[in-house]
Amino acid sequence: MHDDNALFSEFGMDLWRKMSQDLNYNVMFSPRGIINLAHSDAQMNVFARRGNSMRLNGIDAVLLNREEVKEIIPMADFSDNVRFPIFGGLMQPSAGTARHDAVAWGYARQADSMGVDIIQNCEVTGFDVVGGKIQGVRTSRGDIKVKKIGLCVAGSTNVLAEKLNMTVPIETHLLQACVSEPVKPVLDKVVTFGAGHFYISQSDKGEMVMGGDLDGYNSYAQRGNLPTLQHVLTEGIAMMPFLSKLKMLRTWGGIMDMSMDGSPIIDKTHIEGLYLNCGWCYGGFKATPASGWTFAHTIAQDRVHKLNAGYSLNRFHTGHLLDEKGLGTKTWIS
Amino acid sequence: MLHIKCPHCGMRSQNEFSYGGDATVKRPELNKEVSDQDWDNFVYNRKSLRGKHKELWQHISGCRQWIKVERDTATHEIFKTVKASEDI
Repeated sequence: MHDDNALFSEFGMDLWRKMSQDLNYNVMFSPRGIINLAHSDAQMNVFARRGNSMRLNGIDAVLLNREEVKEIIPMADFSDNVRFPIFGGLMQPSAGTARHDAVAWGYARQADSMGVDIIQNCEVTGFDVVGGKIQGVRTSRGDIKVKKIGLCVAGSTNVLAEKLNMTVPIETHLLQACVSEPVKPVLDKVVTFGAGHFYISQSDKGEMVMGGDLDGYNSYAQRGNLPTLQHVLTEGIAMMPFLSKLKMLRTWGGIMDMSMDGSPIIDKTHIEGLYLNCGWCYGGFKATPASGWTFAHTIAQDRVHKLNAGYSLNRFHTGHLLDEKGLGTKTWIS
Repeated sequence: MLHIKCPHCGMRSQNEFSYGGDATVKRPELNKEVSDQDWDNFVYNRKSLRGKHKELWQHISGCRQWIKVERDTATHEIFKTVKASEDI
């Protein structure tokens, strides 16, 4: 892990732990542990290095061998004759998940009670920029004079950037997720497949929550395409064969900002008073509290906090990329 | 499932193709002075239009040719496909 990403995420973890108290709303935070499976000796080496880098930053990480993984998730495929045998895994015991709706509702209610106006069904149609300074925002329900704007619109960053005559190092793509019918408790961890792109956990209602790859082409359509879903679930069944017996309850697709190095941007822009928070790729939910905290700091103080200093817009120009996977630009291609 | 008309092979399913991104991005010319901003625009910055989008696809499980496709990114409607060497 790059230090910038590790320290930022760990700061977020601290905020997650007390979020239900801070918001006075049960977000059902569940630090149940995440296991990333490894399917080769090479991958075990990479995970050992990754685990060490996490521990050096004070984050818990445990490297598990095959037998230890089998004890925790016996329903995974440990038979001899499989294409991607499980060699072991990297577990972060303190990681986990939360109820996404409750997080949105909790934030909205608390923000509202603190005097924030939340205006729904209101489209931004343009901006007033005079002499390099932001002066106002035009919307479908009227114009608003402003001194500062925080642009935090995952999935529509490109569209609004165009209204500001900016091009950003982002493409807008479609990501699907799905849930099965509810079943009795079977999986008490979040597990990811290491030979492809697939994750799974079980919700409190018993549904298996699953997802993986992007649909793979620029899209603003908030609906998924079957070939990708089939590919993702094929990986899931390779990892946990019992999934093939479950019926699918719901699938849905959402649009997201794919940044060119896979890491987000929280920064000032060349327009005075305009602040940018975008490029969260697949990982925006986990970052919610840290993203909000550092963005608020950046807007209020008109300078970045050291936690988001690495998430600069300028890094694509200077070459200080936060390329966690080492894939170079267009991380969505893999 | 998208159905893409390969100009060489005819109408085929999307899963025979792989995606190659924005077709309007141009590599800066060789042996000429190139500003950092030009490189940024070539390597990183994208318009990612909502609406009609000109893009590259490769018919990787077919004739393996690159083609250009004009597609609506909001509706997924495909308007036109041409060979990579042709203008769209």
